[in-house]
Amino acid sequence: MAETYDLIVVGGGPGGYVAAIRAAQLGLKTAVVEREHLGGICLNWGCIPTKALLRSAEIFHYLEHPKDYGLTVEGKVGFDPAAVVARSRGVSQQLTGGVAFLLKKNKVDVIWGEAFIPKPGEVVVSKPKKPAVQPQNPPPKGTLGEGTYKAKHIVIATGARPRVLPGIEPDQKLIWTYFEAMVPKTFPKSLVVMGSGAIGIEFASFYRTMGSEVTVVEVLPQILPVEDEEIAALARKRFEKQGIKILTATKVSKVEKGADSVTATLEDASGKAQTITAERMISAVGVVGNIEGIGLEQLGVAIERGVIKIDGFGRTNVPGVYAIGDVAGPPMLAHKAEHEGVICVEAIAGKHPHPMDKSLIPGCTYCQPQIASVGLTEAKAKAAGYEVKVGRFPFIGNGKAIALGEPDGLIKTVFDAKTGKLLGAHMVGAEVTELIQGFVVAMNLETTEEELIHTVFPHPTLSEMMHESVMDAYGRAIHK
Amino acid sequence: MPVDILMPALSPTMEKGNLAKWLKKEGDTIKSGDVLAEIETDKATMEVEAIDEGVLAKILVPDGSVDVPVNQVIGIITQEGEDASSIKAPAGAKPAAVPAAAPEAPAAPTAAPKANGAAASAPGGKLFASPLARRIAKQAGLDLSLIQGSGPRGRIVERDVLAAEKAGPRIKPAAAPAPKAAAATVTSSTSDETIKGYFEPGSYEEVPHDGMRKTIARRLTEAAQVIPHYYLTLDCEIDALLSLREQINKSAPLTKEGKPSFKVSVNDFIIKALALALQRVPDCNASWTDGAMLKHRHSDIGVAVSIPAGLITPIIRKAEQKTLSVISNEMKDFAARAKARKLKPEEYQGGVSAVSNLGMFGIKHFTAVINPPQSTILAVGAGEQRVVVKNGAPAVATVMTVTLSVDHRVADGALGAQLIEAFKKIVEAPIGMLV
Repeated sequence: MAETYDLIVVGGGPGGYVAAIRAAQLGLKTAVVEREHLGGICLNWGCIPTKALLRSAEIFHYLEHPKDYGLTVEGKVGFDPAAVVARSRGVSQQLTGGVAFLLKKNKVDVIWGEAFIPKPGEVVVSKPKKPAVQPQNPPPKGTLGEGTYKAKHIVIATGARPRVLPGIEPDQKLIWTYFEAMVPKTFPKSLVVMGSGAIGIEFASFYRTMGSEVTVVEVLPQILPVEDEEIAALARKRFEKQGIKILTATKVSKVEKGADSVTATLEDASGKAQTITAERMISAVGVVGNIEGIGLEQLGVAIERGVIKIDGFGRTNVPGVYAIGDVAGPPMLAHKAEHEGVICVEAIAGKHPHPMDKSLIPGCTYCQPQIASVGLTEAKAKAAGYEVKVGRFPFIGNGKAIALGEPDGLIKTVFDAKTGKLLGAHMVGAEVTELIQGFVVAMNLETTEEELIHTVFPHPTLSEMMHESVMDAYGRAIHK
Repeated sequence: MPVDILMPALSPTMEKGNLAKWLKKEGDTIKSGDVLAEIETDKATMEVEAIDEGVLAKILVPDGSVDVPVNQVIGIITQEGEDASSIKAPAGAKPAAVPAAAPEAPAAPTAAPKANGAAASAPGGKLFASPLARRIAKQAGLDLSLIQGSGPRGRIVERDVLAAEKAGPRIKPAAAPAPKAAAATVTSSTSDETIKGYFEPGSYEEVPHDGMRKTIARRLTEAAQVIPHYYLTLDCEIDALLSLREQINKSAPLTKEGKPSFKVSVNDFIIKALALALQRVPDCNASWTDGAMLKHRHSDIGVAVSIPAGLITPIIRKAEQKTLSVISNEMKDFAARAKARKLKPEEYQGGVSAVSNLGMFGIKHFTAVINPPQSTILAVGAGEQRVVVKNGAPAVATVMTVTLSVDHRVADGALGAQLIEAFKKIVEAPIGMLV
């Protein structure tokens, strides 16, 4: 006798487990199918463990410059790669354990195995075809196993995996993806990072701080291609000052593997070639949706550009089958997946959520300096036909930034000149990933420049720069 | 992204409308400008035109739906390449596995204004709108109180204002400021059930009100309650006018088809005379607002036209400037289109005064209710031969009794009397209307 649920979520990543908890809150009998690790890539191989690595790098960086703060350090400052990685794994394990606890608390069943959907309303769970990536966080206790499960609604939240370029296939030894880059035995002396999106740049920043010679190769003319041009240019300057070599408008055309090194042939826009040899290479050229092996073809679920096609409520073209998160399209970010999951489940439960508004999804990159943004870049706003007012405020004009010893950075705001609508905000500098949410809230509440200008920002904080940037757009910044 | 077709606000007072008929079917290709559906508004049947191109993927509000709130999603247009079935599926066909307990997925977010709170205004009258929505509404000259909010708890947000702006005739505050406040007080003091209780069950037919009937009830109840009316009656001799009319109509050039190019009626003279009288007594050529008196430069005259199951008052704009033949032809066009319920809101809204003529029924004398924002209305009785005393001797004259209803807030008694006196002078010396 098959177990019958109101809702089964396929995939226990940030989109899937959040959707499941919300469904349980709304009174739906819910289960999550997970084949490898609760918390998905985010908690196990992405967002969270990289933040742990980057925190080690940040503290190491401070310890290397004690004099800047009037401090002295006796003896040699160093690091133990194994201990740095072990800390990162510990953080990951603590949080995946937390997910298991939350699911249990909300009476969400966890079914351990790989899901296949033979028809709407049914999920067949079997042993995973591929072994789990090691080291694997221990699976939760008390999970259900292989078998056939019935569900009135099925939410596909299978996430994404690294994109593979033909001829430059990751081999786990010399050519890494984020999986291997996350748990190195030693830190390579030299490293080529292919791709300058958030993943590539975060690893470049981490390994550079830990002493590697790092070269970033980006095929587009700008690093951090989704970010505002001005912000990306400032970040690039800082990276180069730290000794990261950056080659834009350059593609990796060939990779030859040595015994303990890779030699990459690079080609710039004019077709000029050069070779570069490094101990390791990280392939960070984006991610692709996990659409295979679930039964989508037989179900007739529409696929578009490699991801499942959904409406603003996560509905696919097949009634009773939904999709959220990375597998349902960009931006492939954990917080987008979570939000999409909640909207999808609320719609299923007969609530009346508003459809996903993708224009208000913030993005954060935790390199040194940090990058954060929401909404339209200046260029995109102009391309969309807006007459814009742009405000800028540099870190050098902010008391808290100077006190922190972080004088480099910029907060930029883009307004619609006609209505005062805040179209976008873009930041580079210390702790900006913690600042951006102020503007996200403002945009969600549809404030204009007037309310932002009338808002009191606490002194002394970095957030005062947000205020100044807004005022600068209207020609009334005080400290500039 | 699929585009929602919203219930348009076709007039400033419109809060709900009836979806009379779809003129396109699901699956039809839509070009910008195509007529999608007919909406029965307060006073007329209006056409909904497509703004976006694509395919009519889904009709959410079927033919004959009544009281559809403004800005409710009534249908969905998908763009080329979009899969209409993905929209269709959840609302209609549900898989067998989905039980009745699983509520229908929301057809569209804005389709649920009731769930979100029907109106953005709280009982205290405070309007919940985002700062951006307020600013855009202000720039576009839209009255936020007439816009339905789709944000949390009915908050008016940017998309609501943009939709209202797109929805066609603008929701401008000046045209009809009062109805909203009064709407609540209009309900009849006796309940429907009590009234029905006076009659034997089955002894009557119950005919639901249409939009026009509701609007007439609401607006005239409000007018009678809010406007302090007073009435001035006098007799006008119209023999000279009748003879002038005969001469004018005889002089009408013939069209190609051999018909006279105009045929001026007595009522056309009255319209023109009232407009000229208002110009002579400019203090009466005014509208009341709580903040100020709007003293108009021109005299826009409404003319009550009786149509099956209702009444509508198209407006002759700048009547003081128009010749009798122009007024006459304009009225014929208005009357024909009014009967077909094809008048546009801007053709029957506004005005400073109005003419209501029941002479054709032999009515000698009556009083009329002022239709705001107008400040006067002239009730015109039948022209009939009566014995009058002239130079101390009885004589026969054709006499027409007229009664002017005046808004006391706009014009006090003596001023109203000046207006009707001016009207009488013009009517009795009608040749003046030709110069």
